[in-house]
This record gives sequence, C-alpha cells and structure tokens, in this order.
Amino acid sequence: MNKAMNQAFRKRKITYTLAFLVVLALYLISAYITEFDLQTGIKAFPEAAKWMSERLIPDAKAWERLPKILDKLFETALLSVAVTVTAGIGAFMFSLLGSKTTGFRGIINQLVRMTAAFFRNVPDVVWAMVLMFSFGQNILTGYFALFFTTFGLLTRSFIETIDEVSASCVEALNATGANFIQIVFQGIIPSAMTGIITWILYMIETNIRSSTLIGILTATGIGYLFDMYYKRIEFGSAGLVVMAIVVLVIVIETISIQIRKVIK
Amino acid sequence: MTDLAMPIYKKAENPTDISDKRIERGWNGKIRTAPHSKSNTAIKALMFSLVVITVYAFLTFDYKEIDFADAIMATLQNIKTVFLEPRLTRDTVLGMLYQLFVTFCLGILATIFGAIFAFFCSLFCARNISSPIIGGIIKSFIALIRAIPTVLWVLIFAVSAGLGSVAAVIGLTFHSFAYLTKMYSEAIEEVDEGTIEALRAMGANFWQIVFQAIVPSTITYLVAWTFMRFEINFTNAVAMGAAAGAGGIGFHLFMAGNFYFDLHEMGFLTYVVVIAVIVLESVSTKIKEKVK
Amino acid sequence: MPILEFKNVSKTYDNETKALNDVSFSIEEGEFVSIIGPSGAGKSTLLRCINRLVDASSGEIVFDGQDVTQMKNKELRKVRTKTGMIFQHYNLVDRLSVIENVLHGTLGKKSTFSGMIGHYTEEEKLRAFEILESLGLADQAYKRCDELSGGQKQRVGIARAIMQQPKLILCDEPIASLDPKSSKIIMDHLADINENQKITCIVNLHQVDVAMKYSERIIGVSDGKIVYDGTPEGLDQKTIHKIYQSKTSDLITDIGGEAHE
Repeated sequence: MNKAMNQAFRKRKITYTLAFLVVLALYLISAYITEFDLQTGIKAFPEAAKWMSERLIPDAKAWERLPKILDKLFETALLSVAVTVTAGIGAFMFSLLGSKTTGFRGIINQLVRMTAAFFRNVPDVVWAMVLMFSFGQNILTGYFALFFTTFGLLTRSFIETIDEVSASCVEALNATGANFIQIVFQGIIPSAMTGIITWILYMIETNIRSSTLIGILTATGIGYLFDMYYKRIEFGSAGLVVMAIVVLVIVIETISIQIRKVIK
Repeated sequence: MTDLAMPIYKKAENPTDISDKRIERGWNGKIRTAPHSKSNTAIKALMFSLVVITVYAFLTFDYKEIDFADAIMATLQNIKTVFLEPRLTRDTVLGMLYQLFVTFCLGILATIFGAIFAFFCSLFCARNISSPIIGGIIKSFIALIRAIPTVLWVLIFAVSAGLGSVAAVIGLTFHSFAYLTKMYSEAIEEVDEGTIEALRAMGANFWQIVFQAIVPSTITYLVAWTFMRFEINFTNAVAMGAAAGAGGIGFHLFMAGNFYFDLHEMGFLTYVVVIAVIVLESVSTKIKEKVK
Repeated sequence: MPILEFKNVSKTYDNETKALNDVSFSIEEGEFVSIIGPSGAGKSTLLRCINRLVDASSGEIVFDGQDVTQMKNKELRKVRTKTGMIFQHYNLVDRLSVIENVLHGTLGKKSTFSGMIGHYTEEEKLRAFEILESLGLADQAYKRCDELSGGQKQRVGIARAIMQQPKLILCDEPIASLDPKSSKIIMDHLADINENQKITCIVNLHQVDVAMKYSERIIGVSDGKIVYDGTPEGLDQKTIHKIYQSKTSDLITDIGGEAHE
C-alpha cells in the first residue's frame, strides 16, 4: 500500500517543484522591479506591532477629540449610504438597458456595458483629484468620486443579478401580454430584490473603507482627520480614528449579515 | 394539501364564497394579495430606512456655501480635459509602461504573500479538516483585518518601513490574505470527505493529506480566486501609489494631478490604467465562467 | 376556420442551426394536440413562434384570423393576452404570493400604472381565488411561490394561464420536471380545461405514452420538420422510431417519463 502511495506522491512532487519555481521567479522579478526588500519587510512586522501597541493607543488628548472624530465618522457613514443608494437607483435603471432579459439587445446593451466598465475601472483616486480642482475640500468631492465607481460596479452587478434570477419570470410575463414597465415592477424588481440588496449592503461597507482613502487624497472626512493626526505625529489620536473606523465597519458588517439572513 | 386532481369548473355553479375564511382582507376591507413573508416586510422596511437616511444625509451635509453650478461646470471642463485631451507632457510612453509594470509587480507581490499566508490559514479555517474553535478565532481575526482600510495598513507600516514598496506590499497583503483565506477555506470545505478518509486510512499524515488530496482537488478554484484577487490588488496598488507614495503608475497619477496640475497627463495615465484593468477583468471573467 | 395555422414557417438561429424547417399545419378550435419529439427537435421554438417569444424567420402564422408574424408591439401584446403559456420550470415570480402570480394573468389587459403597482379589482381577485379553488390551491393563496412543491407551482402556472381567459394554451414540457404523480395531476387538469372550458391546448411532450393517452391528435417533430400528424392510434412503433431516430427500446415509455424531482 505504501509503495503505491509513495509513487503517487513522487509524481506530484515534480508538479509542486515546478509550481514553486514559477512563483519564485515571479517573486524575484517583482521584488527586483519594485525594489522590495524582504528583510525590511520582515523586520517591519515586530516594529509595527510594537509601535501599534505603544503609540497607537489613544491618549487623553485623543479622547478629548472623540466628539469631533465621531462627528466625522457619522458623516462618513451617511456619505456611504447616500452614495450607494443614489448610485444604486441610477444603476438599476441603467442595468435594465444593459440586461439581455429585458429585451434590449445589440448596441444599447453593448453601450451600457461599456459605460459601466468605464466608470468602474477609472480609479476613484482619479475622480477624487479631478473633483478636487472644482469642488475643493468639500463633501461633494467625496460624494461624486465614490458615486462614479459605485455606479459602474453596481450596474454590472445588477445586470448579472437580473439576467440570473429574472429571465424565466420575464418570459412568462411577456407571454401574458404585460408591457415593459409592468414586467419591471411585477417581475424583475420582486425577483431581483434580494440580490440587489445584498450588493447595496456590500457597497455601503466598501464605500466606508474607500472614503477613508478618498478623504486622505482630498483632505475631507474621516480620512483627512487620520492623515492630519498622523502627519502631526499625534499617533494617539490617529489610533482613535482607526478604532472608530474599525467599530463602524464591524457594526455595519454585523447589521448586513443579520439583514441578509432575514431577507433570504 | 391533498394532491388529488379535482375536476375543474365543476365548482363553477358554486363560486368562492365571499365570506370564505381563506380570503384575507386588508385595513380598507379589500382582499389582500401580498404574501405572508417576513422577508418581504424586512426588504420594504430596509428600503424605506435607506431612503430616509439618504435624504437626511443630503439635508445635513456641510456644503460650505459652494457654488454648485460653477463647480459642476468646472468639473465638466476638467473631465473633458482628462478624458478627451489626454497626452503625455512630462514622461515617455515607454516610461509609463514601465511604471504600469511596477504597479503590476506590486500587485503580484501582495498576491503571492497573501496567497501563502491564506493557504495555511485556510487549512485551519475549513470546517471539514479543522476544529470550529480555531476556525472561529481566525475568522474574527480576519474580520478585524478587513475592518481597517488598506490605506491605513500601508500608513501604519510606513512608520517603521518608510513610505515605499515595502509598506505598500505589506499593507496590500492584509486584505489579500483576508479575502483569500475566506475563498480558499470555502473551496476546501467542498472537498469530498471520502477522499480525505481514504488517505487517512492509508496512514497518510496531515500534510500528505493536504498536498495529495486537498490541493489537487481544489487547485482550479485556488488558482482562479488567486487571479481574481490579483486583479483587485492591481487596482488597489494604483490607489496606494497615489495615496501612500508607493510608486508605480499610481504615484505618477498623483504627481500629475496634485503636484503638476497636469490634467492632460493625468488623462493619459488614466487610460493606461483603465485599459490594463479591463484586460485583467476580462481574463478574470473568463476564469469565473470556467470555475462556475 | 382553424384557430391556428402555420404556413411554411422556418426558423434559423444566429448560429445557422435550422430549428424549424418549412412547417405547415393547422389546428381547430377546441383541439388537444400534443407535439412530441426528441429535445432539440424544435418543439419549443415552434410553440414560442406562436406568441412571438421567438420570431419566425419566414412563413406565416395565423392565429384567430390574424398573421402574428407581422404584428407590432401593441397588437402583439393583445394576441399574447389571448394565449396562455405554461412552462417546464413554471416561470413564476418566486418571491410573490400565489395569488399575485395568478393575478399576473390580467396584466395584459390592465393600464400600465395599475399593473405596475399591482392594483387589481375585487372581481379579479375573487376570480383568481375561484381558479385556485378549482385547482385545489386556495389554501396556499398567501404563500410565497418558493414555498411550494413543483406540482403545486405548475398548478399556479396553469391558474395564471386560465386567469388570462385565453383562447389557446401553450404548454412547453409542463411535466418534464415533475414526478409521475404530479405529472398525472397536471395532465388531468389540462385535459379538464380543454374539455370543460373548450380552450384549445397545444402541449409539448417528450413522453410518447402520455401524449397518446391524453391527446386526440399528435404531431411528431424531428429535426425541425413535421414527420407525423395524426391520431394517437395511427402512431406505430416505426413512426416513433422515425421521430426519435433511435431504437424504441431506448425510449422511456412509462407514464410520467423522466422524473427529475
């Protein structure tokens, strides 16, 4: 028995060795190109851990700033919901034109999909910088920067959801002689709703994280607060900002898990 | 519910009694049609709350007396410059392609590290080969990692490693690790119990089971998820280049926008990134179709 | 005058496969016709050409005195209100109640707005209940459709079709996903509707014996062509062989046929 096993194992060994070599080559090339130094990286871990546990702990000054931090945190949460809901409404209408199920075909379909791909793939940092010029340090900079990416992503996801879950009932409603608007409200919306909500909840969560990044770039919101404390080397306060974000994300995640359980 | 076929329209002379208890009426006395479903009620309540929150958000945002019309016009003008008049003014095309490659490599490194850690962690996370307690601990650890945005991970590591590729790669690795651990462990949970049993019966140890049964039967999924994460890492690497000075095309985008105020060059770089991402995206869509 | 007439109808899909090849036949009002043939023979395409869920490439399809192939949107929807359809996978809106799904049968005759918000008259609702009652489903009216069994779902499908008060019911493999017992219930209901309400029924089937038991006329389709059109009695082993292009012993001839559930 062991003989057969060993033989099988030896065959695999060659495959594993080859795979290992490919990954190693990828690593070496990438490390060379990016000037990545593994030693520095490994050393950074204990240092970062030590630093986090010593300096990132909120101090008295940080707690004084808590109301301000919570204020920005609340704003970030509101922003994420507002962006996701408005972009979601637009994306839903747009996805009806991009879905094959609804009967739009050919050019309209392609055009919608291409537009969605464009909005989804232009990095949100680009939107943020473009909007910075015209809107300045304004909450609308963050709003629009997140809006475009969210719109692109949700359009694609909604098209997939609609094509996946509504195709059969749309066919049946078509056969009864119902018109487009009736089919959308009586067939597509009820059947795709769970999928749509799952995507919306996911995007709200994602947008909270993204808005931190946008905030750093555009000097707005919670991201700016972190960046400011960080650059002023007031790490205690920066740490409190991180904790606040962690709590917010985990709360939202927990809520969405509960909601998803109920709406199944 | 009887499953007997009742002759249709024998009942026609005896139409459904208006007082039939099965017919339910709403508050207005009309016959209700909506199903008894908690889920549908929850969906309506959720939609309503989200809309209320959105309206509240727009009413309470601090707009700082911005001239909205002006700002929109200026934005459109800028968007036009970026997307319709892209050109390189400072760098060469070859130079930019090299920078794209750098970003690509940042993505690869984060994916490799994320995949290695995730692979070992997922073995302790998968319900069929590990204990639920260890799995639970790892899962809460992952939730914590995911709660901190990538850019903060990068900046946290930048304190000790300095701004640059090391901090960027480590920062990107955290979310890659979290994502891949979840995906890998789900793939491993799909492995047929029988295969594992058979090897155990032959006296194979844990690592032999892993490399002779689990890896071979899940390899397509592992590779597919890894590639899909690479796609995400690439876009994140662009952002990290911009927000955390990690180099690559993202950094050049940031410099063009925030330092040189050169919208034409920003446009060109944006197109380079968009094309690269669309190519990666179409590859990963193909992979997704195959895996499904 | 026949209620339905196919005149030299052909259908070619994009990839140049011919699903229907010069098909001609006519059906009288009140007939119960089964269309049999192997999967991929074009049965489904044939049925869908009638209510234009699929557009025929050439030929004429005259339903109720009008050529449907030339119809524009509004006319087409009007024809569709007169033809009910029953599907293999029931095609219900799973998250809506049974009664709401039945009421969908009235959408074609409603105004856009009241259809959109799902506003139905009390008469319509009562009629929906009556139909459910006759199908033995009134107790399930407020259940969501995804809580039902396959056989029950198909009865909701039938109820939706009857709600339309159609002249013709098209059934696309109505029992292919059902167990033998539920299949029998469904076929009995269809036969009953045909007999008592005088609604013409066209049923796609791949179980030969079910077709022979229930229909007064059988059309055999193979490779997009009609290879048999006549009474069940006239259908001999040789013809069946020709339709299915296989040894008859390979065919499943149990009532109920393939049970997927």
